[in-house]
Amino acid sequence: MKDRLNLYRLASPATFYPFAGAMIPFFAAVSVVFGLAGLYLGMLVAPTDFQQGEGYRIIFIHVPASWMSMFIYLIMAGWAAIGLAFNTRLSGMMAQALAPTGALMAFISLWTGAFWGKPMWGAWWVWDARLTSELILLFLYIGYMALTAAIDDARRADKAGGLLLLVGVVNVPIIYFSVKWWNTLHQGSSIAMGKSSMATTMLWGMLLMAMCFWMYSIAVAFMRVRTIMLERERHTDWVKALLAGDGK
Amino acid sequence: MLKIIVSVIGRDLKLAMRRQADIVSALFFFIIVVSLFPLGVGPEPDLLRKLAPGVLWVAALLATMLSLPRLFADDHRDGTLEQLALAPHPLGLVVTGKVIAHWLVSGLPLAVIAPILGIQFDLSNDALLVLTLAILLGTPALSGIGAIGAALTLGLRGGGVLLSLLVLPLYIPVLIFGAGAVDATVAGLGGEGHLSLLAAMTFASLGFAPWATAAALKIALE
Repeated sequence: MKDRLNLYRLASPATFYPFAGAMIPFFAAVSVVFGLAGLYLGMLVAPTDFQQGEGYRIIFIHVPASWMSMFIYLIMAGWAAIGLAFNTRLSGMMAQALAPTGALMAFISLWTGAFWGKPMWGAWWVWDARLTSELILLFLYIGYMALTAAIDDARRADKAGGLLLLVGVVNVPIIYFSVKWWNTLHQGSSIAMGKSSMATTMLWGMLLMAMCFWMYSIAVAFMRVRTIMLERERHTDWVKALLAGDGK
Repeated sequence: MLKIIVSVIGRDLKLAMRRQADIVSALFFFIIVVSLFPLGVGPEPDLLRKLAPGVLWVAALLATMLSLPRLFADDHRDGTLEQLALAPHPLGLVVTGKVIAHWLVSGLPLAVIAPILGIQFDLSNDALLVLTLAILLGTPALSGIGAIGAALTLGLRGGGVLLSLLVLPLYIPVLIFGAGAVDATVAGLGGEGHLSLLAAMTFASLGFAPWATAAALKIALE
């Protein structure tokens, strides 16, 4: 029993705190390696696009950031569902730790999209379906963060935020399709299962950058969740012992 | 089941009628916001006709938002809400009743006054009819979705601003199809498709939102 890794044990902040601490350097290192490889492929190896010139290279940041912004929202909603169903403490903390990273990714996606749109479409911003739904996703992140920040009681903040996330997840497809029918200008996705309309090196560069962003998000979320744990569990013995040991 | 809903509607309507100033002020907020736009963008009829659906709908969203905090706040303050939550029947039914009552005092007056405001924007008769129908069909969804936000922000500081942050993004589909119905009619495409989608959203939100609201209320009352 002693040697087997019991995942349920990690649901306790006291065991997850050192585990997350040990995993952060790993995820950070992997993120840097993927990032260097992805940037090398994307900036130096991938061919210049015959239509869009060098400017297209911003997609190596833009697309992974967009993916992560949507993915993180789903993960947060997953944590929210687990937290509401099983009443686990860690779930709400994870959702709160992920929120700023998700909002950052949505913001990066919009920002880099504007830089790409200016030379390609001739406008910083157009009211196109994908841009608009990404903007609304950013609003949803901000709403979640504002709600959890406004509630002093941490448990209530977790539950209310979790419910908002679940309502948001139900609404995201509705919002997406309503905006899509409303207006569409954004080019279709260039990646599809089996057949991809872009060069292999570009695809690899993008996938490597996506892995880099993914690992970065995990590392940063772990760092943030450790801080949240210390703050919330400051009255417990394990935090007191930890801080007494640290404070030398 | 129907009895609970009807009795909650009756109770909330009676309470609302004792405070008619609240209803009237939300209605006048709607009228004033809509009247500000011609002053801001200029009186050209062509421009106004184009702006009308969007302006009326955005003003309707804001007017609905304005009355949302009162949906549960008074009952929460005097303890009625806790008694309702303790009662043997499901809280979701009570919430359904409260949402319908909220629509009757906030959404329905907007639909009544909207065609008159539409005339100010020089809308054609067809467009006025569709506008009224769209507001009639869409505002129950606003009350339903808004109830979730009102329950989540119950008793929080800065509740009103927070409520708009939470709820306005979720209102976007209603806004798109509500204003789209009028736009499509003006363009000669017919607004039936948009109206059907609005009705679908209203029924979906009246079916699901009360249960999410009940869950949020239970979190708030813990």
